[in-house]
Amino acid sequence: MAKVLLLQGNQACAEGAIAAGVTFFAGYPITPSTEIAEIMAKRLPEVGGKFIQMEDEIAGIGAIVGASLTGKKVLTATSGPGFSLKQEFIGYATIAEVPIVIANVQRVGPSTGQPTAPAQGDMMQARWGTHGDHPVIALTPASVPECFTLTIKAYELSEKYRMPVLLMLDEIIGHMREKIEIPDYDTIEKPVRKGPRVGPSEFKAYEPDSDGVPPMADFGTGYRYHVTGLVHDETGFPNGSAAATEKLLKRLHDKVERDIDKITMYEEYKLDDAEIAIVTYGGTARSAYAAIDMAREEGIKVGMFRLISVWPFPEKEIAQLAEKVKVIVVPELNYGQMVGEVKKAAEGKVPVKPMSKYDSEPISPKELLAFVKNL
Amino acid sequence: MEKLIEKYYRPRLPHIWCPGCGNGIVTSSIIKAIDKLGLDQDKTVIVSGIGCSSRASGYLNFDTVHSLHGRALPVATGIKLADPELNVIVITGDGDGTAIGGNHFIHTARRNINLTVILFNNNIYGMTGGQYSPLTPTDSKATTAPYGTLERAFDIAELAKAAGATYVARGTAFHANMLVDVIAKGISHDGFSLIEAVTQCPIYFGRQNKKGDASTMLKTQRDHAVTVEAAKKLSPEQLEGKFKIGVLHQSEAPEYTKQYQGIIDRAQKGAK
Ligand SMILES: Cc1ncc(C[n+]2csc(CCOP(=O)(O)OP(=O)(O)O)c2C)c(N)n1
Repeated sequence: MAKVLLLQGNQACAEGAIAAGVTFFAGYPITPSTEIAEIMAKRLPEVGGKFIQMEDEIAGIGAIVGASLTGKKVLTATSGPGFSLKQEFIGYATIAEVPIVIANVQRVGPSTGQPTAPAQGDMMQARWGTHGDHPVIALTPASVPECFTLTIKAYELSEKYRMPVLLMLDEIIGHMREKIEIPDYDTIEKPVRKGPRVGPSEFKAYEPDSDGVPPMADFGTGYRYHVTGLVHDETGFPNGSAAATEKLLKRLHDKVERDIDKITMYEEYKLDDAEIAIVTYGGTARSAYAAIDMAREEGIKVGMFRLISVWPFPEKEIAQLAEKVKVIVVPELNYGQMVGEVKKAAEGKVPVKPMSKYDSEPISPKELLAFVKNL
Repeated sequence: MEKLIEKYYRPRLPHIWCPGCGNGIVTSSIIKAIDKLGLDQDKTVIVSGIGCSSRASGYLNFDTVHSLHGRALPVATGIKLADPELNVIVITGDGDGTAIGGNHFIHTARRNINLTVILFNNNIYGMTGGQYSPLTPTDSKATTAPYGTLERAFDIAELAKAAGATYVARGTAFHANMLVDVIAKGISHDGFSLIEAVTQCPIYFGRQNKKGDASTMLKTQRDHAVTVEAAKKLSPEQLEGKFKIGVLHQSEAPEYTKQYQGIIDRAQKGAK
């Protein structure tokens, strides 16, 4: 039965995971993400799942990689310092193609920074935090209901493309309480992993289908395959040749790029006749809705392009936007991160103005309105 | 032996190990132990970290994970907790298991989760060419200790025991049959088991420290190892410079994944 509840973003994320069929969580507490771990500790055993508090964030992500290999849907949650620690395993899950989901509830950094204050300063770390070339999928919810739906979406993408998916909350969204209508979990379609269609003797663990994604066998089912972070060929065994290296790296990128239109998610708010476009995401988008409504009352033609999938970045859509409007404003809670991507996509067709705030406080609708009026 | 090779090894030659390396002996001891116990090959998983020793996982015909440097234990913990039906065996090196992975080592032991860890102790970082590890004896030469090492080595068996491991054993590449036996006992033990397998690295440890060739190093293992039984009859002076082999510690404690089932039962009763 559907229920209407008042929940925090972190709670909605945890419930979204349960609704998606997650049965394994491993992590390490850190503000402002801790509620996710606490809820999973209570909820998972109720549904027959497992929760374990590990000795650090590296162990947390390591354990979910292991659990995922047995066919389970898995989650870990963290914030800034812990997100830094997880980077090496994010690369591992990318090259070894192990589906995992990581929630990062952003706080002010660098280092311990401001543990309880909001920021959006990990957007570039989400893109480039692990070493080497790699594709990334990262989603940014802007409301409590969206924490729920995007968490389910994260599993759909992670299982489909066999890769890590990052849920980039910020402290505003993680700790904000809102009304949310939660459907009966039985009515929610559980994302499924594509399994092998051949028997163990014919199975090549990393031989992709035409979608670039190899079917994945669960450990313990007789396929007996090898998982490694070394460059490997279709057999899954290390292969250090130039040809194998190029082939693997290209396939890892291609499986995402070929579906970029399906993966890209964004929302347009009052953009139709807009002369000024605000491009933003997450908690900051909430102030943008209000600022736009206030500006519209004063006759200013402003609208918002809200990034939902920040990575892959909607380059094509921003390029089109740059053809339409007179100026783009990019408010974000950092020293200027996504604004660089917007500039790159706009290719100088239109001025792109950063509105960076890094004093640990959210951008208020009034501040944003004043910024727009002063353009 | 040929049957064991066909059954348990993947046809992936050549391997990466140097001539005279003891890793092949230790790996075959693991296989013999698995065979002796008749473990279901489809229900046995081998997880390793990064290092020469950790390459063993790729040669063995099971579900295998070659994970990250130092991180085999968290991955193995995730596999075992997610599916307690699986036999999970961990292969690690002295650097992998006790330096970068040292924190995971003590915590995994403390949880008493049913994993069997075989730590290949060659006293050196082999893969990266001879730097010192936490198990390099004091005053040894290493490429990063050209004037000799200052640090004291861990006694990994004592560390494991203190951290809560419920089965601790030591064997050597020389005493290969005994190694099979202590590994088999470790796999059968319901809890966290550590088996330290002393193995020779003639190239990166032996050469720098004038330990002789592989056969000399094997003889050194023979001459310095004392069985637990024999050690009981020796005085502390007689044991000076020797190390014990055999089962060093065994105790009973609740196993983690079984305990967790109790949590599930409790939560599900409460939820209803
Ligand atoms: C995070 C990280 N740091 C360093 C390395 C480089 N590295 C690879 S193996 C190794 C040491 C291996 O020594 P040991 O665990 O004793 O295994 P052995 O090679 O001797 O069997 C090091 C330092 C790495 N791969 N990853």
